[in-house]
Formats: sequence, structure tokens, C-alpha cells
Amino acid sequence: MSEKPKLAMYWAASCGGCEISVLNIGDKILIVDEVFDLAFFPCIADFKHHDVEGYEDGYIDVCLFNGAIRTSDNEEMAKLLRKKSKVLVAYGSCAYEGCIPALSNLTTKDETFNTVYYENQTIDNPNRVVPQVETQVPEGTLTLPSFYNTVKSLDQVVDVDYYLPGCPPEPEQIWAVLEIVVNALLNDGPLPPAGSIVGAGNVAVCEECPLDKNVKTITQFYRPYEIQPEPGLCLLEQGLICVGPATRSGCGALCPQVGMGCRGCYGPLEGVDDQGAKMLSAIASVVGVGDSTDDEFELEEMIDNVMDSLADPSGTFYRFSMAHSLLERVKANGNGTNGGEVK
Amino acid sequence: MSEQQFEPVIVGFLCNWCSYRAADLAGTSRTKYAPNMRAIRVMCSGRVDPQFVLKALREGADGVMIAGCHPGECHYVEGNIKALRRYVLLKRMLKQWGIEKERVQLVWASASEGNLLAEAVDRMTEEVRALGPLRWRQAVLGGNGHKPVETAEVEVEVEEV
Amino acid sequence: MSEKVGVYVCHCGTNIAGVVDVEEVSNWAGEQPNVVCSRDYKFMCSSLGQELIEEDIKEHGLTRIVVAACSPHMHEKTFRGATERGGLNPYLFEMANIREHNSWATTDKAAATHKAKALVNGAVERVVHHQPLEPIPVEINPATLVVGGGIAGISAALELADAGNHVYLVEREPSIGGHMAQLDKTFPTLDCSACILTPKMVDVEQHPNITLYSWSEVENISGYIGNFNVTVRKKARYVIEELCTGCGICEEKCPRKVVDEVFEAGLAQRKAIYTPFPQAVPKYPVLDPPNCTYFERGKCKACQILCPTGAIDFEQEDELLEFPVGNVILATGYDLFDSNRIPQYGYGHLANVFTSLEFERMVNASGPTDGKIVLRDGESVPQSVAIVHCVGSRDNNYHEYCSKVCCMYSLKFAHLVHERIPEAEVYNFYIDIRTPGKGYEEFYNRLLEEGTHFIRGRVADVTDAARLPGEEGKLIVQAEDTLIGKQRRIPVDMVILSAGMEARHDSQDVSLMFGMGCDFDGFFTERHPKLDPVATMTEGIFIAGACQGPKDIPDSVAQGAAAAARVAGLVNQETVMMEPVRASINKETCSGCRLCNDLCPYNAIVFHEDQKLSEVITALCQGCGTCVAACPSSAINGAHFTNEQVFSEIEGILWDVMEHQAVPA
Repeated sequence: MSEKPKLAMYWAASCGGCEISVLNIGDKILIVDEVFDLAFFPCIADFKHHDVEGYEDGYIDVCLFNGAIRTSDNEEMAKLLRKKSKVLVAYGSCAYEGCIPALSNLTTKDETFNTVYYENQTIDNPNRVVPQVETQVPEGTLTLPSFYNTVKSLDQVVDVDYYLPGCPPEPEQIWAVLEIVVNALLNDGPLPPAGSIVGAGNVAVCEECPLDKNVKTITQFYRPYEIQPEPGLCLLEQGLICVGPATRSGCGALCPQVGMGCRGCYGPLEGVDDQGAKMLSAIASVVGVGDSTDDEFELEEMIDNVMDSLADPSGTFYRFSMAHSLLERVKANGNGTNGGEVK
Repeated sequence: MSEQQFEPVIVGFLCNWCSYRAADLAGTSRTKYAPNMRAIRVMCSGRVDPQFVLKALREGADGVMIAGCHPGECHYVEGNIKALRRYVLLKRMLKQWGIEKERVQLVWASASEGNLLAEAVDRMTEEVRALGPLRWRQAVLGGNGHKPVETAEVEVEVEEV
Repeated sequence: MSEKVGVYVCHCGTNIAGVVDVEEVSNWAGEQPNVVCSRDYKFMCSSLGQELIEEDIKEHGLTRIVVAACSPHMHEKTFRGATERGGLNPYLFEMANIREHNSWATTDKAAATHKAKALVNGAVERVVHHQPLEPIPVEINPATLVVGGGIAGISAALELADAGNHVYLVEREPSIGGHMAQLDKTFPTLDCSACILTPKMVDVEQHPNITLYSWSEVENISGYIGNFNVTVRKKARYVIEELCTGCGICEEKCPRKVVDEVFEAGLAQRKAIYTPFPQAVPKYPVLDPPNCTYFERGKCKACQILCPTGAIDFEQEDELLEFPVGNVILATGYDLFDSNRIPQYGYGHLANVFTSLEFERMVNASGPTDGKIVLRDGESVPQSVAIVHCVGSRDNNYHEYCSKVCCMYSLKFAHLVHERIPEAEVYNFYIDIRTPGKGYEEFYNRLLEEGTHFIRGRVADVTDAARLPGEEGKLIVQAEDTLIGKQRRIPVDMVILSAGMEARHDSQDVSLMFGMGCDFDGFFTERHPKLDPVATMTEGIFIAGACQGPKDIPDSVAQGAAAAARVAGLVNQETVMMEPVRASINKETCSGCRLCNDLCPYNAIVFHEDQKLSEVITALCQGCGTCVAACPSSAINGAHFTNEQVFSEIEGILWDVMEHQAVPA
């Protein structure tokens, strides 16, 4: 065996885009190959769970873990890889803060199953079969991982050394981080302090966004298909939701530049505990309807009318950060019962 | 506190100039009202970051009251209007989150309306009492908030394949 | 880094200790993290209580102080002082309000003790995150802007000028004097209004420390306490002030007559070029272009031709003047309630219904009728007069508040009618007679003796529809006499509506321009209704007179002087220290998104186009924290109300419901 440092990459609840994003670093992937030995990378090489189990603790130098924790299997793998890795990186938005999978924290497991296995129009399930954790068959017991009610970020089940945000992370940022790691491994270079967010800026996306920004007053919100944004002008000012002001830079403001408001995938800035709440606060503050001269009772209605045009605030403001939000999930149905997680 | 009755815990964010003084006045005039609201002073209801509300709910509050000056009377001219705008949107979001509207309320009370504030606290206390505890981390997130649910508890229907 | 917190639980005699188990709270607090010393004491605000804090800081090396006592509005300053004397920065102190918010608000001892623990714990958790802050020094420009030249503004201006400070007095009308100049007599002494006001007006005109801009309005104001920059629009008078001697020839020769709706309340005419009244200050007339023949048809010029000094200038334009001031006193006065708004009282369609201001002008010896009380025909002397109180006041349809002066001036009117027409019957329709003031009740008693009829009841309507004998040709005042429980119809020749005072129609705009608040009714909001009635929430902006609420002359004078004293105090200090509760933007993390730019009511947030950054001008910031809450990237910090401090306080006050929820390590 060579003495090269060992690299692992694993996907939990994710779309696979993060794996592809690693390849997006282009021919630099050859440097990665030169520097590292792959220890575990199910997407591109045939490794088995028991291979990893067989490693000594800390055998893997760097593990890029992408995907959220949706099932008991995800959690088990997170714990295993934590044990076997010197440096565990929450790679991409899902591992970092829940991302799209965690949007299902806006509902319950029951509802999710209901949609996926019964009600979805493309489903034909007359026998109402749903996956079971254990199924008895003549040959014995078959098991499946259990499906959690709440999607969690990686750091909600294990300790994480670094976070590399993005959905997916941008190639230059990935390379910048890998470079630091390579430098640390080969030349004893410095590593950022544990818990750092790497591969992202410390200022909001607006800093990288070239669109013209003015004083903002919004009296009507639009969804992207509803209007043709005026080119060169801040989208938010035009009533198109852009979460850029509440989102870390590092992506180069790609979305706003093509007329699509930032979705917030790089996560909140330092000092923000809840990205969605902050964006909500900022946007609501500049809703330019109603002032102190209006009737106390009509005011609320006037403002409420504007908010009508803002579809699905939770899904909009918490698209990527639901698992990391202050409340993490919803209380089921608001009918006084809880989310189903009480023993 | 009586033995059996559920005593809700309400966090109040009161603005320094109107509603905090209204609570002062309620006290000074010896108006008796429910001891369930615990006040946090902010300079203006406009300072109330929606994060404060969510933080209080996360840490175990059963309800949150935001109180400010009446529209047109804000000591910072229009800070309360900003608070109202945020509250309107927050309310829509909390609805999506299954949090009953009675649990997060916005109240206007001028410095001279001690009785009005006291009534609002009484009313809200009873409303939240009727809803029962929220106790987010324990009841919604489960214990430490990060504990996975056991499958057995989730309704699973099996029929013959 | 751990802090050493000292906790002091005050008994406040039995005010707190009677309900809260202070000893229990103090013992419990002593067991909390970071708390190294916890005591309960009879009266923390006493000098002994304060010394306790000072000594403990020295002895135990305390780094943070929490006092659980009354409202911070009561004693925060006191304990900050004790903290500072003990050698700590005064802002390393926090107060828990366990009196007003707790012991006085409940009788449930267990609940109160429990709540006290929560409040104390919130303060302890918060204070650990406090940062030392330094008050912000600001230099004070000694000049003052006084807006409004009524009696309140005049007295403020004179007080300040006499104390050696420069004053810019800006008046919207051609002359100073305000409403008082229109009045005949003043209650209860029946002093001639003009006789006591005119000398003051002349003093203003001649005072070396007063710059008077009449026929002028404040167009804009920017800046902050000590350093305001004012722009005043000096409207064109079409008279060159340097040349005008005030001889009055122009007015005399002007061929065009116009009804004077302002000063004479529509009862008399003035010329197109005019001084509103003979004692006007300044003496320079004002030309009224829409009514001037020259402006209308391009010819006439009588005034210009006949002016002995060539002071008429038809080409004159508005001038914008800019000057710096350190403080502002707003004395913008009131509008009289418009009696047309109550149609059932007949004003506007029943000729002999008069407003109080019309009557004031009528009884004024220099007024349109030379002081004769006559009906609208200008000749007939009324033999019976009804005076209707509370017109627009104490009426939920108009203004809920009492206008405070109407009872007294209505009594004065009754007296004047008796004096001028001894045989006339006078009826005062009132809800309550309110005469709280020196010599006021005595004046009321005098009227009772003079034979005025007092009918207790709100007037339902005034009509000319006669129904009963003796009503023909009369105005019939209908009211329920609540003392005898009967409807009454009183036929009279003349009705006077005692209209209330209301906020200036544009008070909202003015309050926005000056960045201070208005109440529901449009009156300016004082900093504290009892203890700080002439200051506003905006440092350096003061209010005086009826712009703050209905007021009579002595109250307006007193407020003018009080505001002047407040300003003089600031000017004498030369610099003021401002509370360091201010927002600041972190340049490193501001993305220049500009969401905050329009949120500040004080325009304290500026955007630097070159750096693509926003910045809070510290001296302009009043510390409300609205921008802090709005900043989506937490780049704005609100000193003394940081997210960290508030979050910690939330955790602290929720100690009981959080305890069993703690995340296991």
C-alpha cells in the first residue's frame, strides 16, 4: 500500500450532485488522484460497508460527507465515518444544514409516506405497500433502514470539522479547500480552526452580485415566471424574491446574474442563527405599504394583502436551512398534537 | 399556582417607551394580572428580530408577546410599523409550522395603557393555557432535539403482498 | 473567560419583599453559574445599598452587577452610578424589574418568587455578555431654531436670547403673535390681550440675539443634536425689507380689497398688500399675488408708484436660507376646530351662528365692528346669546380630549356680552364646567353672579325652524338639560360655538420632518408625559405650547420658558454625552444590499456608493434597533441590545422550562 493520505466521499440523503461537483474541478481531479488514495467512494469505486468497518479508527484522512440524515442508515454511516476519519467535512448544503431533503421537516413522515407511496399520481399501489423496517420472509428476516420523522444535518448526529456549503459547492471553492487540505497533509500547512465554514465568503451574496442596488421598497412580490426582470437591476427591488442578502457569498452570485433570485444555498452568515427568519425580517421591513398615518386596524390588512403575493414563505426562506433553523421542523398540523417524536 | 393547572410561560418583548412603561404603570397602579409573562426590554418593537421569537419558542416558551407603541405613536416614528410588517409575515410562516396563532401575538399599548397591557397578558395567558404546553425541544423535537424517531411509533400499514 | 456577577435583590421595604421571597431568590441566584455574590437588602437605592455594590466590586472583584428591584426607568441611572463608583464601566450593569412587573402585579407569592428568579436569571445571563460602553460626546452649536411665533415661541425665543444665545425665530404668517394676537381679553384677569402681547413682540423684533424670519417656513432639517442644519424658505413678500419703513402708504393706496380669512376670521377685509394688524411685527407688509391687480392683469402698480422709498419689488422670489443650529424648539401652535364639521350646529348656513374666533374678533376694540357685538347684518344687537361649549371636544365623533381652554373663554364671552349688552340673556350650554387654574373658579363664580344661565347638556342642534310661539326669527338651541332631565328649546338671537383646539393640519408632516412622534390626535409626543413634557424622543428637539396638547396662555408661556431652559442647559454644557445605545455597521460584513437604507426614521444610514457599503452616522442614530433586526446578514450591531445579549436573556428567563431540555453532552 502507498503512504498517500486517504480520501473518502459518501452520500447520505442527497441528489448526487455533490459527487458530480467534485468532478467539476476539471483536470485538477488528477492532482487529487495523485495526492490521495481513495478509501471509500461508493459513487465511483466499489467499496463495501465492511471495508470501512475494517479500517482502523482515523484511517481516513479526509472524508467528504454529503447528504442529510434522513434514515437510520444515514446516521449509522455518519457515525462510522466519523470514527474512521481524521477530518470530517460536511460537504454541500444537505450535510451542512439539511437543504432540500429537510424541506420535508415542513411536514411529517406519515405525510411524506402518504404522498410518496399512496397519493402521488404516478403511484399505483393497490395493496398499500410501504417499506418496513423488518419483513418476515420464508428465508428469514429482511431489514430496511428506518425512515426518520425529522431530517437532520450531519452535525446534529456527529461532530463535524468543517462545513463546505453550496448546492452544490462551486468547483473553485472545492479546489480551494482541497488545496488547503493537501497542503496541510503534504507540507504541514495550516488548517482552519475546527468548526469553520470553508470554501465560502464572509459577506452576503450581494457583494459579488453586479446588479445595481438601490433603496428598497417592495409593494408586490412576483414569482419568477410572472415578470420579466429589468436587466441589470437588483431582483429584490423588482419584487422577485432573492435570498442573496441573507446568504454567504462564494458562489459568484451565479443565479441573480441570470435573472433568478438567489435561493440561499450557501447558508446564513456568521452571527445569524436562523437564515430564514433573518430574510423574512429584512424583506418584511421594506414592504412599502402602510405607515403611521394609516388606521391602526387597516394597517395589518394592507400589509397582509401584500404578503399574499409571497408564496410559501417557509419553503422560500428555509429552502436550504430548515434542519439548521431554530425550530428545525414544524409542529404537526397545528392541531395541538406534536410532531410525533415523543416516546 | 394551583397544583394541576398548566401555567404557560410567555416571553414578552416590550418596547422601552410604550409597552414596557405600560407594564410599569400596571404595576404602579397595582393592577393584578397573570404572572405568566416574563418581559424582555427592547428599545423599540422594531428591534424584535423574528429570530428572538423563534429562539424563545425553541427554548421552551409556550407563547411570545411582542408589544409596542400604537401606530403613529412610536417614539422612533415608525419602528412599530416595521414590527407589524414582520409580524404579519411571521404569522403566515408560523401557521405553516403548525404553531397556533394565539401563541405569538402583537399588542399595542401606550405608556398610559397599563390596564390594556395587563388585560392582554391575562387574555393571552388563558388562550395559551387552553392550547396547552408547547415546550418545543421536548415535545416537538423530542428530548435533545436530535433524537431519531423509532419506526415502531410511526403508523405503518402492512398488507399482504 | 468567566465573569464574576454580583446579584442584589431589593426588598423595597415590603413593596417587593411582601410578595416575593427575596431571600429565597437571592440564595437561589447565588447558586447560578457566574454568580459569586448574592445579597438581599432592604433598600438598594439607599446610599447604604449602593455602597454595598461599590464595596463588593472592590472586595470580590465583581465584573458584572445585577440589581433586582424596581423598573429601570426608576433607578437604572442610580445603579449605573454605583457600578461606576465601584470601578466598573456603568454599562456592565443590568436591572431585573421585580417590582412593577412582578410584586405589584400579582398577589400569588409562589408565582411571584418563581417569576423573580426567571427575571433575575435573565439579567444574569444577559449581563455576562455586556460590553463596556462610553457615552458619545457631541458639541452643541449655541444657536437655536424656534419654529412658530405665537406666545409659546415668543417666550422661548426671548428667554434664550436674554440668556445670551442666538435664536432664529421662524413664523409662517406675515407677523408673529399667533392666536393670542387675535384675542380681545384674556381670562380670568380680562387683561387686554394685545396690550400684554405687543411689548413682547417688539422685544423680539429689537432683540440683538434674535433673527426673525416671518412669512417663512422650515423647508428641511438635517443633522442631530448640537449640529442641525436648517433650510428655511423665506417666501417672497414683494417688499424689500431694507427699504421699507412700514409707513403703510402702499396698503392705504392699494385698490384691491380681499376678505381676511386669517386674522379677521372672515369678518373684515384687508388689502392685497397688507400687514395683518396694526401692531404686526415685523412691520413690513406682504403682497398677496393671487389677489393683486398687477399680478392679475399686469397693470396698477399703485403701491410701487406711491411707495416713498421704492421698496416694492414685483420680481422678488422666494429665498432659501441655510444655517446651523444646535437645538430646535417647536411651538407651532394649534388649529381651531372647524365648526363646519358639525352641520347640526348650523355654522355656515345659519347666519347668526358664530365661531369663537369670530366672536373674539368682534369684541376686539380694534376688530371689524370696533368691539360692538352685532349680528351678521352688522347692525342688530342680540338680546339673547347662546354659547355652546365643547364643540369638537369631548366628542367621540371628533376629539375625545377636552380642549381645556373653552370653558374659560366661554365664561369670558358671557361676561363680555353682559358687559356690552347689559340687558341680554346669556345661556351657556356645557357638559361640565372645567375651571382648574389660578383665579379660574372665582371667575366662574363671578359669572354665576352676573346672571348667566348655565344649562348642563350637550347641544343636539341649532335650528331656525320655529315650532313654538316666540321662536320665529330666532335660532333655537335644543339640548337636554340633564340637571332637570328635560329637553329644552331656547330661542336666541346669536349662537357662539366654542370650538376646541386641534393639532395643526400638517403636524404629521412637521413631526416627520423633525423626526419626532405625534400622538393619535396629531399633537407632538413629549418624552415623558409627567417628568419631561417639553423634550421629545429626538435629542435636541423640544416642544412648547399647544402643539403638544391644548393649553392656555400661561401654560404655553411656561412651556416656552421651560423648553428654553432645557436648551440653555445644553448650550451651557457645550458638549452633551449621548447614550451609547447605537447601531453600527461592520464594514467587513456589509454586502451593500441596501435593505436597511430606508428603514431609519432619522436618516442615520448612509450608503457609500464608492465602497458599496452602508454606514450608520452614530450621532444621528437614536438606537431603536430596527435596522439591526432587519439586517439579513447580521452586519449591523446594536450596542447594549446585541443578538447575543437578547438571546442569553431569553435563555436565562426560560431557565425553568429549559432545564430538563438541556442537550446532553
